[in-house]
Amino acid sequence: MATVTGTKKVVGLTGNSAIAYAMKQVDPDVCAAYPITPSTAIMEEFSGYYADGQVSTELIAVESEHSAMSACIGAAAAGARVMTATSSQGLALMWEMLYVASGLRLPIVMAVVNRALSSPINIHCDHSDSMGARDSGWIQLYSENVQEAYDNLFQAVRIAEDRRVLTPVMVCMDGFITSHAIENLTIMDDAEIKEFIGEHESAYSLLDTENPITVGAMTLPDAYMDIKHQQSKAMAASKDVVVEVAGEFEQRFGRSYGLMEAYMLEDAEVCVVVLSSAAGTTKVAVDELRSQGKKVGLLKPRLYRPFPHEEIMEALRGCKAICVLDRADSMNGFGGPLFTDIRAALYDTPQRPVVINRIFGLGGRDYTVEDAMEVYHELLRIKETGKVETLSAYLGED
Amino acid sequence: MTKKNITFAGIIFEGGTADEYKTGGWRKLRPILDKDKCTNCLICWVMCPDSAVIVEDGKMVGFNLEHCKGCGICAMECPDKVKAITMEEEEK
Repeated sequence: MATVTGTKKVVGLTGNSAIAYAMKQVDPDVCAAYPITPSTAIMEEFSGYYADGQVSTELIAVESEHSAMSACIGAAAAGARVMTATSSQGLALMWEMLYVASGLRLPIVMAVVNRALSSPINIHCDHSDSMGARDSGWIQLYSENVQEAYDNLFQAVRIAEDRRVLTPVMVCMDGFITSHAIENLTIMDDAEIKEFIGEHESAYSLLDTENPITVGAMTLPDAYMDIKHQQSKAMAASKDVVVEVAGEFEQRFGRSYGLMEAYMLEDAEVCVVVLSSAAGTTKVAVDELRSQGKKVGLLKPRLYRPFPHEEIMEALRGCKAICVLDRADSMNGFGGPLFTDIRAALYDTPQRPVVINRIFGLGGRDYTVEDAMEVYHELLRIKETGKVETLSAYLGED
Repeated sequence: MTKKNITFAGIIFEGGTADEYKTGGWRKLRPILDKDKCTNCLICWVMCPDSAVIVEDGKMVGFNLEHCKGCGICAMECPDKVKAITMEEEEK
């Protein structure tokens, strides 16, 4: 278990240790989880805090991820503050219950340590797990590094439990790349965290026998659509809450977050759009090309669900050629999930930029600065010639 | 729940509302009680999955046809020596 002293504010932790420590600081009422690589260490370390009496959490060891999410749903419906963690096949096994959690508007917070889905079986990073869940009604935040994953977890609690939102949140970080790499990060005091997240006060509880309620009742064509419409509106409105919570977080702790990070984008002519840890690698390529006088930039969406299409359109307005890098393939013969969303968002721009797609890093394949350079060089060529040779392709493959 | 009164996430903020949802219309077979044969053993009341057997003062008095779905479990479970319940086709 990670040893974190009270006086030292900068510590070296893996992504998993940082999430486990953040969960300890949140001290949720209930955690139900089933271990799976590469997120295993989160619950392993959290159960250490539990065994040492450092949390007051009810820890439920279950027999599968389907049961884990089911237990989380029951506990959240009873009014508890609930957290869990998973990866890959574990998230896939939760599928049915993901929709139940979001449809019942339960503010569950889940760390998703991104890992490829079988088949072929692979334990390393890509985004095929959480991308598949992108339409499950969960808010999704993607984290570039350990610090962001740690910070996002607290903000996720606030976003999920906001009365205007009441929607579950996934905090995603890259498997092994972020989950197992030790990075320096600044941590907060328990008291600061308690003050920031506040108490969770549910408007109702399934266990309140004085005020009996029915949760998850059958609804027919006269009501189902109205309830989904409520959910849809809350999802769209949550975008503003994400910004609001980020603003308060910055005020308290000094680190700035928003819907996205725009890196050297102001005057950029060509731009790469990419999620999570690959953004860090891409920034190195941007710096190098900028030193050569090339007007290149990077957009790293932080909030992917709901999709902040207007803000993304605004951020990419000045670009002439854009490459969306997807760490998951939609297997639709067109392009990855981020690509189709970004391209759709840009449809309403006055001068529609060229938007190409490259699939990269599947099953943990390295994404290097050279890979990023190759993408930027292609974009610069497209900007000059106006010619797109391949709309969608696997990076570095024919 | 009426369309004008959709609650948050479809939660029903009161208990026992299943009673208001009439499901008797699903029934194809209707249970008929022969009071002369019935011994009031109440096995039918125990076994009915829809709580549709009406008991008053410890005596079996009939069926709640607004909730009885005509499954026939009562007729099946009524002891062989008694057989006070028979299932008849619902009239079209």
